[in-house]
Amino acid sequence: MSGAKEFSAPDMAMRTAGILFVFVIIFTGLLSGAYQWTKPSIEASAAEEKMRLVDEVLPRSEYDNALLEDSLALPATPELGLSETSTLYRARRDKQPAALIFEAVAPDGYAGKIRLIMAVRADGKVAGVRVTQHKETPGLGDYVEVKKDKNKARPWITQFNGMGLSEVTDKAWKVKKDGGEIDYYAGATVTPRAVTKAILKAVKWTEANRDRLFAEGVSQ
Amino acid sequence: MITRDEFKTIAGNGIWKQNTSIVQILGLCPLLAVTTNAVNGIMLSLATILVMALSGVAIASLRNLIPHEIRIPVFILIVAALVTVVDLLFNANLHALYLVLGIFIPLIVTNCIVLARVEAFAAKNPPLQSTLDGIFMGVGMLWTLGLLGGMRELLGNGTLFGGIDMVFPSLHPIQVLPESYPGFLLALLPPGAFILLGCMIAWKNWMEARAARRAQTKPPAPVATAGCH
Repeated sequence: MSGAKEFSAPDMAMRTAGILFVFVIIFTGLLSGAYQWTKPSIEASAAEEKMRLVDEVLPRSEYDNALLEDSLALPATPELGLSETSTLYRARRDKQPAALIFEAVAPDGYAGKIRLIMAVRADGKVAGVRVTQHKETPGLGDYVEVKKDKNKARPWITQFNGMGLSEVTDKAWKVKKDGGEIDYYAGATVTPRAVTKAILKAVKWTEANRDRLFAEGVSQ
Repeated sequence: MITRDEFKTIAGNGIWKQNTSIVQILGLCPLLAVTTNAVNGIMLSLATILVMALSGVAIASLRNLIPHEIRIPVFILIVAALVTVVDLLFNANLHALYLVLGIFIPLIVTNCIVLARVEAFAAKNPPLQSTLDGIFMGVGMLWTLGLLGGMRELLGNGTLFGGIDMVFPSLHPIQVLPESYPGFLLALLPPGAFILLGCMIAWKNWMEARAARRAQTKPPAPVATAGCH
């Protein structure tokens, strides 16, 4: 792309740098413009997405507060398998505690961490659990995810619905292979075992911290 | 504008002769990760078609303004900016589609197919031709990844179009082999993708060799291409 006249080397370098600079300015401008312009609707759909996930673990009929606004920042909680901070949401009905919605991690899946979102009612019973992220083997251990479960009528993960420590004791809260009550599919035990254990730990954690979690940051 | 012959050459190169996946062997990383079923392969290709068409037209229009010495950083800048803008626009305006394609769009930035075509074609040709080149390269990728994904899930699970319900909620995957099919895990894991891709390359070479024999001419010397991930 030589111009009409010859450039000396420093001039050439300056000119090239200048052109690169102009391109950088233009495209950075384009990016920030697109970012600013799309930000409100992206935030709206992220909130909607969160609510869709919450709807899977807790029916809307069970609470009447603005759930996403009634949140609590959790520090790293080893009982939930979380080594990073997370957010807990509190569902209330007529201002009375209804359920806690939070994330948990099963650290010992067959291929690393299995992330869960779960809701535990104020009476200590599981309202619902969903796997949000995992790297389990396709076709073997991935049935913990509802979408991959071949049993569409009653996916594996839904057997925890309604379970609480008053119905199922510590000892029975295991997969059947380990002498417990939880069903699993032959061929992949590590995955359901990890999920079952993580749910038990999380239920125990809510049992111990429930009052504090519902009360924290709320003026009576 | 564009002549009929030019169009035919561009289309033929993209779909068959210079097919990104089985001739140029570009973009293996997304190929391995994504083609566990036909739907994923097709979706990644659709997202790539969009980005390649856009980057083709952008770079071909600006090609006379870009000094030769700094073309690569400028190309990367343009491609990355375009992909990010597409990503943001999808997220904001077509959220349902974004949930399906969303994970694939950032993958495209790192896909060297885009940069390779921009460097090899769009930097030297007018916008219309470059857009078409981008589209047809993507179409070539579409059928290859679709076929590879289809074979992998058929062998691995006995189904076809698994995950279609994520794109069209009313449709369901087709159970091709009987429900009792035990599955073949290797096909679903990355080594299976390599093996099947190898079979596809062999099939393509065989087709070309046969065509060359029939034409009683020597087969064209294999084009040496530098692979990248």
